[in-house]
Amino acid sequence: MNYKRILQEYKKDRTRLIEILKELQSREGYISEKATLSVAEELGLSRAEVEGVISFYHFLQARPLGKYVVYLNNSITAQMAGREKVALAWEREVGCGFGQTSTDGLVTLLETSCIGMNDQEPAALINGLVFTSLNPEKVKKLVGWMREGRAVEDMVEETGDGANSHELVRAMVRNNIRKTGPVVFGDYSAGQAIFKALQTTPECIIDEVKKANLLGRGGAGFPTGLKWEFCRKEKGEQHFVICNADEGEPGTFKDRVILTERPEMVFEGMAIAGYAVGANRGILYLRHEYTYLRRYLEHILKKMREQGWLGQNIAGRGFDFDIEIKMGAGAYVCGEESALIESAEGKRGEPRDRPPFPVQKGYLNLPSTVNNVETLATATQIINRGAGWFRSMGTPVSAGTKLLSVSGDCQRPGIYEVEYGLTVKELLEMVGAEDTLAVQVGGPSGNCISEAGFGRKICFSDLPTGGSIIIFNRSRDLFSVVRNFLDFFIEESCGWCVPCRAGNVLLKKKFEKIASGLGTARDLREIEAWGKIIKSMSRCGLGQTSPNPVLTTLASFRGLYESRVSQEADFISEFDLNRAVAEACAITGRKFQEEQEHA
Amino acid sequence: MSKPVIATASLAGCFGCHMSFLDIDERILDLIELVEFDKSPIDDIKKFSRPVDIGLIEGGCCNAENVEVLRYFRKNCKILVSVGECAVMGGLPAMRNTISLKECLEEAYLNSPTVAPEDRLIPADEDIPILLDRVYPCHEIVKIDYFLPGCPPSADLIWEALTALIQGRPLRLEYELVKYD
Repeated sequence: MNYKRILQEYKKDRTRLIEILKELQSREGYISEKATLSVAEELGLSRAEVEGVISFYHFLQARPLGKYVVYLNNSITAQMAGREKVALAWEREVGCGFGQTSTDGLVTLLETSCIGMNDQEPAALINGLVFTSLNPEKVKKLVGWMREGRAVEDMVEETGDGANSHELVRAMVRNNIRKTGPVVFGDYSAGQAIFKALQTTPECIIDEVKKANLLGRGGAGFPTGLKWEFCRKEKGEQHFVICNADEGEPGTFKDRVILTERPEMVFEGMAIAGYAVGANRGILYLRHEYTYLRRYLEHILKKMREQGWLGQNIAGRGFDFDIEIKMGAGAYVCGEESALIESAEGKRGEPRDRPPFPVQKGYLNLPSTVNNVETLATATQIINRGAGWFRSMGTPVSAGTKLLSVSGDCQRPGIYEVEYGLTVKELLEMVGAEDTLAVQVGGPSGNCISEAGFGRKICFSDLPTGGSIIIFNRSRDLFSVVRNFLDFFIEESCGWCVPCRAGNVLLKKKFEKIASGLGTARDLREIEAWGKIIKSMSRCGLGQTSPNPVLTTLASFRGLYESRVSQEADFISEFDLNRAVAEACAITGRKFQEEQEHA
Repeated sequence: MSKPVIATASLAGCFGCHMSFLDIDERILDLIELVEFDKSPIDDIKKFSRPVDIGLIEGGCCNAENVEVLRYFRKNCKILVSVGECAVMGGLPAMRNTISLKECLEEAYLNSPTVAPEDRLIPADEDIPILLDRVYPCHEIVKIDYFLPGCPPSADLIWEALTALIQGRPLRLEYELVKYD
């Protein structure tokens, strides 16, 4: 393969490294050593640097894969929806295990973290396309088609509702919008907000957003107006608006639906943010799992340029703003804004030390505002309808509405646009959840609450959430939920901070000790103490929240843990000497006799 | 009142923690005033001769003998302390834990380029302690009361921990003593 010619197009632009690697992978099926060396040479990077990027991202592969690559989601709701049978069906039909490629080189089976389809599990990505609601029969059919050599696009039999059926999307994904609200799914006519914004000054925009008390919808809840103001005040030859569409928190899929049904509202929000902070360039950082939306989003951007809502001299007011889409490559931690920026620059998505904050030194070390998809869409509507209208909804601290992605044990999983202040109990009734044991609010990094907390309100001052709501009924084993979440954080830790990289592994081991009935009261105390260390000694939100699956279930369901630990024993060891020497005995042909009394 | 009795052992370690202990230098004279030693490589006493107050363990467990010694210590010591990275986490020897035991032995005794063809043999002598499937930190085998981190923990850290334990007072650790980067 003539790498040089392919690479020429990228003009030695290091920020496009991930894009380059993805292109090479799409051509050869993987990133070969030769390709790696060519890229390193062309971009003037060391081989280790390029390999470091490849090994960081889940969807970049340095080993040959099959013609069809299946990434089966392993989130907890997939498990609840029968993932195990589906996984077995894949193994049986393909003839190899997960992590392997079939001997004929046709299919590779791999696992992946939540792909944003929690309401239609078990789901998988096959050569980048989403396949939802899988069952053993469907798997059999898909593998049959693979053997016939059918193109993956032709395996989509029925497309989903709304823009999922658009000719540029053609995905079997369903929106499942169960409840529309007045903001994101309210009355909206594209293009008006940016015109309105440009009639006034950037300061007025910031002021309006501040007055609306818009708080970041990604989960952290930072005041958007303040962020824009900080960014505007920073000096730099250029400013950037970055839309964080790296929705990776297991159980969240609302950004996927917004981008499917309300992309103009998001892009308009980016342009308004650009005007407010003084930026002419916007970047939509789209998670790899949503690659199927890319062509459609590019098409929307093109249409918006044609309408004069983006591009040069918008609305004849001398304001230039355009948006490019940058793709992720599979890393939960890139949802953290500084890691996202690193990734957008074509590097490993490792969080930066802060300060300086992204508003000071963001993309290319220039002032950047990073906002969530829903935040930007909401900002558009605030400009359209005014801060007063917005504040008339929700609670005084948490104004407006929130999109919730509801999944798990309920009759109507999907998207709900609700006003802040809704209680968990009201939500459970709304979604048709019965006999509920626990509700995971805010995904694995959030809070697991028991019935005692069902009167609590979904809002920033009580139960904040980026949108993920996962419901577990009384037939579920909470320990398998915690196990799934802990595995998720172990997998997704970027590895920079030891407390997060090693601590979560130790936490999981300790958890398993307790789960298997070998724990003591001391183990329970230690699990709490270690959780606190991991939280306080990790530098980004991933590490700071990673012990939450254990800590919050321990707080809400302490009895469950206490019933598993021994009340009498001071110490219980899992260690079995005879088992531990068995391997050495087999290798050397010796017999082990435990000494009764040490000499 | 009789002096507290101390015992020490080095399991799968390098004796570095014992050497670090000896780095207390002239304070060893104070130590002799404070405590008595029982089973320990320092005085070469091989068997416990009386109940021991504090046992200091260096190294994790890589073979059956380590396990037996550790259990023997637990039985005879009121307080057991893991001293240093190997005892606390398995340390350097635990690097083999990601490789199967068979592969380790084959690499060392059969396939290594430095092994002469006539010497290719995995040792199986009766007198050699049998290896464990992996290297274990001490607290996975017996109850450990306290942990002193470091590779090795500095003499000052060991001294401060030991005297605090003997005198029944809280530890006063300077930041520099527990800062490892």
